[in-house]
Amino acid sequence: MKRNGAQIITTLIERQGIDTVTGIPGGANLPLYDALQSSNIRHILARHEQGAGFIAQGMARVTGKAQVCLGTSGPGATNLLTAIADAKLDSIPLVAITGQVPSAMIGTDAFQEVDTYGLTLPITKHNFMARSAAELLKLIPLAFELAESGRPGPIVVDVPKDIFLQETEFDAWPEPWVKPAPDDIPEAKITPIAEAIREAQRPLLYVGGGIIASNSAEDLQTLARKNNIPVTTTLMGLGVFPPEDSLSLGMLGMHGARYTNMALDEADLILAFGVRFDDRATGKVSAFCPNARIVHVDIDPSEISKIKPAHLSIAGDVGQAIRALIPQVDANPRSEWTARIAELKQNFPFEMPPNEDPMQPVNLLAALGNMLNGDTVVSTDVGQHQMWAAQILPFRHPRSFLTSGGLGTMGFGLPAAIGAALGRPHARVVCISGDGSFFMNMQELSILAELNLPVTILILNNRRLGLVRQQQELFYGERYHASQFHNVPDFVALAQAFGIEAFNLGDADDPIAALAKALESPGPCLIEAPIDPMENVFPMVAPGAANSQMITQSGAKA
Amino acid sequence: MRKPVIDLLVDNHPGVMSHITGLFSRRAFNLEGILCGPIGDRSHSRMFLMVDEQDRLPQLLKELVRLHDVQSATLRHDLDSSIFDPLQATGEIAN
Ligand SMILES: Cc1ncc(C[n+]2csc(CCOP(=O)(O)OP(=O)(O)O)c2C)c(N)n1
Repeated sequence: MKRNGAQIITTLIERQGIDTVTGIPGGANLPLYDALQSSNIRHILARHEQGAGFIAQGMARVTGKAQVCLGTSGPGATNLLTAIADAKLDSIPLVAITGQVPSAMIGTDAFQEVDTYGLTLPITKHNFMARSAAELLKLIPLAFELAESGRPGPIVVDVPKDIFLQETEFDAWPEPWVKPAPDDIPEAKITPIAEAIREAQRPLLYVGGGIIASNSAEDLQTLARKNNIPVTTTLMGLGVFPPEDSLSLGMLGMHGARYTNMALDEADLILAFGVRFDDRATGKVSAFCPNARIVHVDIDPSEISKIKPAHLSIAGDVGQAIRALIPQVDANPRSEWTARIAELKQNFPFEMPPNEDPMQPVNLLAALGNMLNGDTVVSTDVGQHQMWAAQILPFRHPRSFLTSGGLGTMGFGLPAAIGAALGRPHARVVCISGDGSFFMNMQELSILAELNLPVTILILNNRRLGLVRQQQELFYGERYHASQFHNVPDFVALAQAFGIEAFNLGDADDPIAALAKALESPGPCLIEAPIDPMENVFPMVAPGAANSQMITQSGAKA
Repeated sequence: MRKPVIDLLVDNHPGVMSHITGLFSRRAFNLEGILCGPIGDRSHSRMFLMVDEQDRLPQLLKELVRLHDVQSATLRHDLDSSIFDPLQATGEIAN
């Protein structure tokens, strides 16, 4: 058969199981859009390529499958960069296909030419520049393989316009890539870890996004409960262990509860499963779990001992490792250690706000938490609202909390929520945002209105870059600068201008009831919640300090 | 003093050198010398990278192996780094 490059890409991504792509057309990728037009693939027209990148990420984060975003050459590609870098740091499978100027014009500073290959090299797992249409038969399945295999990540395929149009003869379509079952872990690697668990008095599971990527939350719960090992998760791991379980220690690190970081200090064995010892989790590394032996299991061999030397380690699938461990560990009540954990929780609890004002952000989010059902997906932006959400909302299922953990990208929340609603059609999606972050991708309200998806947006409006203001208060002598907006739009009117239902919780007699009602709205809805700009996220560990040095609500160091 | 040499087998295409040097600059690791050329049917290249002996060298090797274009990476102390000596010749370059 004879096909051009654009038709080859379209057919191969369709064969790969992609039914929805998102992007923006332009000169260099118009041939691809021409091929898409006659395919069965649904195209979501984002309003900014960064929006497209995060919509694709939202789909990928809820489905666990690589998703596709598209941009044209030059500004289309540069606008995608932030979402690609974000996918790299959070290990999200993403395939970005960019148009490029025609091969003959590369290197001439042609109109809308940028070196997409060079720009994306350090922020992708791998990237390609297609040199012929025939080569695409290999590159496209390989892009999906690289995106999803091992430690997932973003792949860029840069395609010059003439390659989209170049025709090539071939006999058969290549097979789509299918993710193989993960390799077994050799027994010899498991036994010493089981032994370490047996010998430990105060073991603790420190788990992260790797548990979600390997779909092993249930296995983790089985292991933890069988041997009564308390579990703390990273920001990326929220959802893998139910918060109401007595073994749950919630999130660790910079904004973890005091009892969590204190338990880590007392542990004699850390089972670091699917984590990378990020500085926001560990605080000052030399003071992290000072008394513990470290067992590190991660799919990426280059993560093992990168930050903290491991006594025992496995470079392999964490789910396989956990399943192999379960029969090898005994049922152990660990009454002393679990009693100690209960005592720490009792004596150093997460401090709720001193008043019951429903518009206090932690109180408001706690009320929201009671309204979420099992299917709800929450996305956040970046800032105080993100940390409050991570601290207080009860996440009971993997892939129910989408947040920009590694790159910390403001503007993630809205497009990721749209992607989540596309990727999980019957779920309610709640986007928790701050006014500052919302500015960064609010143009996507337009596509949200067009698609009429069940996305509820809650903007905690402090008219500030709140987390910046908090740092200026705590660490820069209250010298506030460039952290306040002197013009803030009426977000309700803004949403209504896009045709989206909206209201201000400050106007409601009963804000909690109004919030509950908004969550029932079948389509999109925006809720603005005015909050006190001087609220802080506590506890907090100063950047670079040890996790045991927590600043708490009362200002006292714990 | 003799410096260690990383012996790399990589896929041969125009972007591979940027992938390798990019990793060194991203990870702020000094790359002292590069000797590189296609081998066999030219589908692969061999690279000798002269590096500093540093604590972080094992970590760098792990990250090199992780690159898709890298088929193998071996740290060699047996290579005579005199292969890089011509670089030291300060005299005029003969035309
Ligand atoms: C793209 C980007 N620019 C800058 C920052 C630095 N930053 C981190 S939090 C923050 C303030 C966020 O403000 P807002 O979204 O209103 O949330 P709040 O902290 O007020 O809840 C800023 C500017 C960032 N994380 N991302």
